[in-house]
Amino acid sequence: MAGSGKAHLRAKEETLLRVEDLTVEFPVGRGKVVHAVSGISFDIKRGETLGLVGESGCGKSTTGRGILQLPRPTAGSVILDGENLAGLSNEAMRQKRTDLQMIFQDPVSSLNPRRTVGEVVAEPLEVWGPANKDEQWAKVSVMLDAVGIDPDVARYKHPHEFSGGQCQRISIARALVLEPELIICDEPVSALDVSVQAQILNMLEDLKAEYGLTLVFIAHDLAVVKNISDRVAVMYLGKMCEVSESDELYAHPAHPYTQLLLTSIPMPDPLVTIDRQLSEDEGLPSPINPPSGCRFRTRCPFADEICERVEPQMRRVNDDHFVACHHPLVTIEESEVTISA
Amino acid sequence: MPTAGADATRLTKSQQTEPLLVVEGLKTHFATPNGLVKAVDGVSLSVARGKTLGVVGESGSGKTVLSRSIMRLNTAGNVITHGRVSYDGEDLLQESPKEMREIWGVEMAMVFQDPMTSLNPVVRVGRQMTEHIRHHLKVSKSEAAETAIELLRSVRIPEPEARFSNYPHEMSGGMRQRVCIAIALACGPKMLFADEPTTALDVTVQHQILNLLEQQQKDRFMTMIMVTHDLGVVAGRTDEIAVMYAGKIAEKAPTGELFADMRHPYTESLLRSIPKINQPKHTRLAAISGRPPDLINPPSGCAFSPRCPYAQPKCFEQTPPLTAAPAPGHQYACWFPVGSPEGNQAWETNMAAGRLQTLAAAGELNATEDIPATIGGG
Repeated sequence: MAGSGKAHLRAKEETLLRVEDLTVEFPVGRGKVVHAVSGISFDIKRGETLGLVGESGCGKSTTGRGILQLPRPTAGSVILDGENLAGLSNEAMRQKRTDLQMIFQDPVSSLNPRRTVGEVVAEPLEVWGPANKDEQWAKVSVMLDAVGIDPDVARYKHPHEFSGGQCQRISIARALVLEPELIICDEPVSALDVSVQAQILNMLEDLKAEYGLTLVFIAHDLAVVKNISDRVAVMYLGKMCEVSESDELYAHPAHPYTQLLLTSIPMPDPLVTIDRQLSEDEGLPSPINPPSGCRFRTRCPFADEICERVEPQMRRVNDDHFVACHHPLVTIEESEVTISA
Repeated sequence: MPTAGADATRLTKSQQTEPLLVVEGLKTHFATPNGLVKAVDGVSLSVARGKTLGVVGESGSGKTVLSRSIMRLNTAGNVITHGRVSYDGEDLLQESPKEMREIWGVEMAMVFQDPMTSLNPVVRVGRQMTEHIRHHLKVSKSEAAETAIELLRSVRIPEPEARFSNYPHEMSGGMRQRVCIAIALACGPKMLFADEPTTALDVTVQHQILNLLEQQQKDRFMTMIMVTHDLGVVAGRTDEIAVMYAGKIAEKAPTGELFADMRHPYTESLLRSIPKINQPKHTRLAAISGRPPDLINPPSGCAFSPRCPYAQPKCFEQTPPLTAAPAPGHQYACWFPVGSPEGNQAWETNMAAGRLQTLAAAGELNATEDIPATIGGG
């Protein structure tokens, strides 16, 4: 899309999380506003992993934080298990946050350097869990063990005594200790070496199977996102371009932006031909003054007059594949077209 | 135009065939309170004129220190450098700092990883470009400005005249990296080092910058060393690849040969641990257990042995030398190379013994960083 629409949303009863028309704007003075996220909708089923991809500045991290109401979105609803988080009072939201946890990009700076690992992972339980220290430790040690850290060795050590990969395991244990419904992973492996990245990705898959986790996985690396996600949403400049089941999206990208992202990936295979055309592509336009109509039109090879005038709406390509584009790269049967207004 | 750079036709026949850069037994160690960090520990390589060498490795493998040592950019007081760096017949390690100043920019230049911090934020882009054009090429201010605008145009910056007087913060990351490339190219270097030139950039911008570097290299007949952690970046764009591990070269081969017939278990593990877009979703990755080695006390024997799925008792005791493979230009440092009868035997033995590293590499076990290194009996 760089467009709007809700054709890709599934029945309310099936989903754990349903985000509708989420808008996050930040005032930057002189009456100007950064349109970080502009009316996006998506949903997640229980036990599913949704990948959110896009270039830096496309609003993917802001979307993740918007779900957590950190900060409160400008508009839109975030319905978790039938309850609209946007309508909750601050205290009710605080209570609700036990169901929502987050894993951050930089594992070393997301752990308090002055606390021991035992304290860091027990912190959520200090607030919400059993008051008894032994009961807390019992839970913490189970969690540390599940992420591949020896609990008895780690308990009295500090984060600096661990490598980046181990620190990320510790922050995953901290996120899991309250048994949340939904975990938002914001670039959890992009600060890690490739050999360690594979360990963490495999572990997330195992934990997901064991604890029935539902994940929102935010990343800029399309190969990583494909590996872990059931469904992928491509974002561009605060809008949603394309939502699809992962294998289908990578096999038959329908949005020109998805296509651009996919052809840009450097492939670890010398036999793959590289598109060597030079361009003056300047990247993302300013989110303060986004282009009219389709926001991708300034970089799109297919853009024409309608893209400037009319914002494209989400349309169904097939079963679980939706695109918001006036000139998609696949044929869409007219009968399936649903243009609202 | 003074920016023409090296030109194949200007060189004599013997100069063309002789490598531009020859590095022999280069060691760069850093004295620290915790001990001697052996960042580069005996590297030998050569790069032919007009060719591109990719240097690949994880963080801490010594790839950045290697390129900085060749260019003599390690200036801290605790650096100890040994070996020989022969550039066009001259030993760079013997040059005085003053002589190096005349080599930087004109003979060799570097593009750094982070375009956000490698430009001076309070100086206009134009002046950052003309400063060393005027110093090295001894031209007037207006001539230097003309050259700089021409360079900005050649790195595909739209409206170069207007951009000339911008400050770095007025440009995007990709634009700034284009400016850094233009600065590196300004005095027509014969050799260009690119140290993770696209790691800080988005994938679409990365693609454009890599295309640009490649085109500039061809046009100017430059020799290039591209340092990266991403095998994808070097796969389609280099003539030769050197894989580094713990300050040493683990494997070195022409690019096609390396991917077709890799011999070192580290190269194989690195390639297999990367998620690829042509794999179906939820493909289990062949993880490498353990973590990159400690460079103060590197493991005895082969530095990769504690993580290696093929490791045998010999690997923990004896350091393997760089051995020539049948294909020309292919070298590897391993006792039990991938694909050889000994290698296959070693894998079978480890699988049968249930070595955790081997099970992890086979995708049958969730690798953690704490798997003990020793093997049964060894």
